[in-house]
Amino acid sequence: MTPIPRGVARRRRAALSVAALILSAALAACAGSGPPYTLKNITGLVQPLDFHLTNQDNQVVTAGDYRHDLVLLYFGYTECPDECPTTLTTLANALRTLGPEASQVRVLFVSVDPQRDTTAVLKHYVNHFGPEFVGLRPDEAELTDLSKRYRIAYHYEKPDPYGNYEVDHSNAVFIFDRDGRARLLALSDNTALQVASDLRRLLTSG
Amino acid sequence: MPLLVTVLRYLLPWQFSPTIFITFAITIALYVRGMMALGRGNDRVRFWRAFTFFLGVALSYAMLQTYVDYLSAHMFWIHRFQHLILHHIAPVLIVLAESGRVLRAGVPARVRQMRVPARIRSPIQLFFRSIQHPLMAPTLFVGLIFFWLTPSIHFTAMIDTRRYDLMNWSMLADGLLFWWLMLAPRQVQGSASVGYGTRLVILALVAIPQLLLGAYITLHDTSLYDIYAICGRAWAVDPLYDQQIGGLLTWIPAAMMSLVGILVVLHHILHDPEATTPRRRLARSVQPASSG
Repeated sequence: MTPIPRGVARRRRAALSVAALILSAALAACAGSGPPYTLKNITGLVQPLDFHLTNQDNQVVTAGDYRHDLVLLYFGYTECPDECPTTLTTLANALRTLGPEASQVRVLFVSVDPQRDTTAVLKHYVNHFGPEFVGLRPDEAELTDLSKRYRIAYHYEKPDPYGNYEVDHSNAVFIFDRDGRARLLALSDNTALQVASDLRRLLTSG
Repeated sequence: MPLLVTVLRYLLPWQFSPTIFITFAITIALYVRGMMALGRGNDRVRFWRAFTFFLGVALSYAMLQTYVDYLSAHMFWIHRFQHLILHHIAPVLIVLAESGRVLRAGVPARVRQMRVPARIRSPIQLFFRSIQHPLMAPTLFVGLIFFWLTPSIHFTAMIDTRRYDLMNWSMLADGLLFWWLMLAPRQVQGSASVGYGTRLVILALVAIPQLLLGAYITLHDTSLYDIYAICGRAWAVDPLYDQQIGGLLTWIPAAMMSLVGILVVLHHILHDPEATTPRRRLARSVQPASSG
């Protein structure tokens, strides 16, 4: 057998290592993906979690306080007749399905109606849904900033003779992983089981 | 005072973009310089040309950097209106204003005399020649409309700020390129010129897919674009009603702009002595035939 010239050997080794690199990159990509999530995937599309708001106990909290938790961010208001209670109930049921793992999840309920939703009102409201629920009250400027950041809209309807009014708002739940990156969007037609199984996947994938 | 606050709320950018601000500021500065450089003689910029230019620029700026920007992210029909302005109406206004001539005159002499090395210039020229090819330009023009209106792509463009900006820039840039190719007189276009007959065919053809798409959206009986329900509409309105108005805006004014384009081209044919000169002879810069 004739010995392989050194130049050719070197080139072969280089080609092999490039092939190995490509293969391992492909494997890594596969390991990261797996079957698609049931909820809408928004990884890389929506800005990371960032806010500075007052919570139901009148303390100022920021996104940093919720690092290491999965965060579900939802915009609504306590006098919301149907949509908000339905969504929050779905989320509460999803957390109950998760069991003890629910302690690593926080649902942040941001009021789009800070005029009527005082911190006391918010506290009373979110307590209905469970210990993982946090009520957050923005001032007007903070609410505008959040609506720009997450590209959501809200609109106040004309008040009736008693001064009651409805607020049109987004109905999506933005889900952030433990590093604060936006990952999924839960919509009104998603069930508690679907939310729970995707949350569990996010919890195990780190 | 509250009035001023309200007015500012509608006029100030919803999301300020330094890129848009600088691009528009430079464009306006060059145009004004150009108007001054061309002076009051025979070369002067006519009032209506300047008016058309500033109207086109102001309209596109308003679409990108006022409250309209917020509304168009949260109401489908306003989004369609925004793109009608960015992709059709504003570019037509800007092209009809002879902007090329005035802007070139506005470029400082030192910059104009700069020699761009061939290895930089030729790839750029090749790029523009390929996207301004008589087959490529209309494909790109219609293709962009279909691309950004594909429901899954529309969703990501509306939720991701970067894609949203890319979408709006691509519409304005493509609008300028396409309408320049269709409406600028042949003498102005130089070697990239497209014959007037070809332009009539292109203008008629691009209307058809826009008509079909507009009709499809208008007549669709379920919601095609769920992003507006997910992120909230600017005000309460029946989603299908929103979709129908948006579909109509894609359908009728788009076709109307082809008609406007055809009228402009017919005007060129009637008033341009070189209109019927074969392209080969133009390129060789032979004296135009006197027969007209």
